[in-house]
Amino acid sequence: MSESFTKGMARNIYYGGSVFFFLIFLSLTFHTTKEMPERDNRVNLTESVARGKALWEDNNCVGCHSLIGEGAYFAPELGNVYIRRGGGNIDAFKSFMRGWMNAQPLNIPGRRQMPNFHLNDQQIDDLAEFLKFTAEMDVNDWPPNDEG
Amino acid sequence: MSTLKFQSQAVAKPYFVFALILFAGQILFGLIMGLQYVVGDFLAGAIPFNVARMVHTNLLIVWLLFGFMGAAYYLIPEEAETELHSPKLAIALFWIFAAAGVLTILGYLLVPYSTLAHITGNEYFPTMGREFLEQPTITKIGIVIVALGFLFNIGMTILKGRKTVINMVLLTGLVGLAVFFLFSFYNPANIALDKYFWWFVVHLWVEGVWELIMGAILAFILIKTTGVDREVIEKWLYVIIAMALITGILGTGHHFYWLATPEYWQWVGSIFSALEPLPFFAMVLYAFNMVNRRRREHPNKAATLWALGTAVMAFLGAGVWGFLHTLAPVNYYTHGSQITAAHGHMAFYGAYAMIVMTIISYAMPKIRGIGEANCNRAQVWEMWGFWLMTVAMVFITLFLTGAGVLQVWLQRLPETGEALSFMATQDKLSIFYWLREIAGVFFLIGLLAYFRSFFIKEKIA
Repeated sequence: MSESFTKGMARNIYYGGSVFFFLIFLSLTFHTTKEMPERDNRVNLTESVARGKALWEDNNCVGCHSLIGEGAYFAPELGNVYIRRGGGNIDAFKSFMRGWMNAQPLNIPGRRQMPNFHLNDQQIDDLAEFLKFTAEMDVNDWPPNDEG
Repeated sequence: MSTLKFQSQAVAKPYFVFALILFAGQILFGLIMGLQYVVGDFLAGAIPFNVARMVHTNLLIVWLLFGFMGAAYYLIPEEAETELHSPKLAIALFWIFAAAGVLTILGYLLVPYSTLAHITGNEYFPTMGREFLEQPTITKIGIVIVALGFLFNIGMTILKGRKTVINMVLLTGLVGLAVFFLFSFYNPANIALDKYFWWFVVHLWVEGVWELIMGAILAFILIKTTGVDREVIEKWLYVIIAMALITGILGTGHHFYWLATPEYWQWVGSIFSALEPLPFFAMVLYAFNMVNRRRREHPNKAATLWALGTAVMAFLGAGVWGFLHTLAPVNYYTHGSQITAAHGHMAFYGAYAMIVMTIISYAMPKIRGIGEANCNRAQVWEMWGFWLMTVAMVFITLFLTGAGVLQVWLQRLPETGEALSFMATQDKLSIFYWLREIAGVFFLIGLLAYFRSFFIKEKIA
């Protein structure tokens, strides 16, 4: 590196640059949190959705599945499973979910195996409500198709 | 006989040893998961995939934290030219952190996760069940306490000693690590907000403050092994971390493309994260430049190899493989595919696992009283470990990338109705997963060779 570019100049770029861009980041974050109510579907955040999210967490669903692309890549994306398996109908989706969750583990030799989490019908319905909620968030049209 | 400048640097030893033990655990669980990708019901009852994955990723995070703390305890007294403020505190915190870590991992393995959540009172203060932040809330509080004690200890050391650029940058990185971890306690019922601030921990760690830690450790090693003037190295360090933060902070935007967030993040995230490879490229130039301009021949060839290797692999894994899928129009198709997994593996290994092994390689012979370097035979074993692990990781990354490209082709690009389902796609990828598993076995062999190097003694002629 050139001699005329001193350590002091490098230090000033480091401090000035990081503070400047961190402040921009904070401003954009502030603006984003103001905009999010329009997109994140929070008007439909019911008690049932909140309980569903807690169940999602308490059973570490994200340890195999992804949710809007984040999580593990071992099992299907679930952010839009309400569309894929319920066709966008909550009653159809709930009955699918009850059948599916209670059928686990499928015990098909060699197939990836989902554990049975011993959820009761109310809990499965809550989980379904949570997955309906995620499917109805405006996430800029991701995923590209229904397969997730 | 000790060859340390300051006796208290020796507290780094248990941190390094324990870090490497956890590293071995991480690899074993990685192999289990790799097999479950192709033999789906392998150990499915005893160790379900989600448990294996949690153990694999949490062991990684914890061993890197042990490594960073060991690095700090080793290099901060030497840079500050004074003994560590309190070696006793450092040892006490070691045992607290180790016990908390072991108990948490045992909790993952021995009881169902929902039971662990229940017995640790997660319903009163829910923070569990989010990727990488699966630890019970009580463990998270323990991590904060350990971090505070640790920062107090090294902060006091720096305060009473010489305040070098390396020490200040390392301290900034470690304080940032602790501060951003606090976002792990924020878990609203609104999943979009939850995810948005989850990235404040995950992204601002690995693409933010951890780069300061990596830069500081690398600078320390380069000063020691090349004898190049400190002024030159410190100038480079400032340039690199400036680029890292200027690109990395707004680069967080590449996680906000599909998250109930405004579309402008697709521009901000794409532009700034496209620049994120720059600091890593600068690190490669700098490491090779300094080694070429060396004023001394350091007998620890292995440490120099690790230092060059970490720069190159971080550039490939974090820089190139990150860039591959960071532009929003590309990420639309690759988000959450095996391409993400490919990037994650090489980036973590190249930037963070390797920088910890760099400082271990340099520091352990001194801490163990062997001298400036291990004997030649031990270094040969260590370098076999280096090459086997590194080449194996290159292949793991290539195979996962192959799997990812095919996955995008089959599952993401076609329209609904035409696209293959997730599970049908996974079946088509099995050849890549088998090859990845074989590469993983080579990685384990490399790890064993690396471990072997610690037990090789000089032959007495």
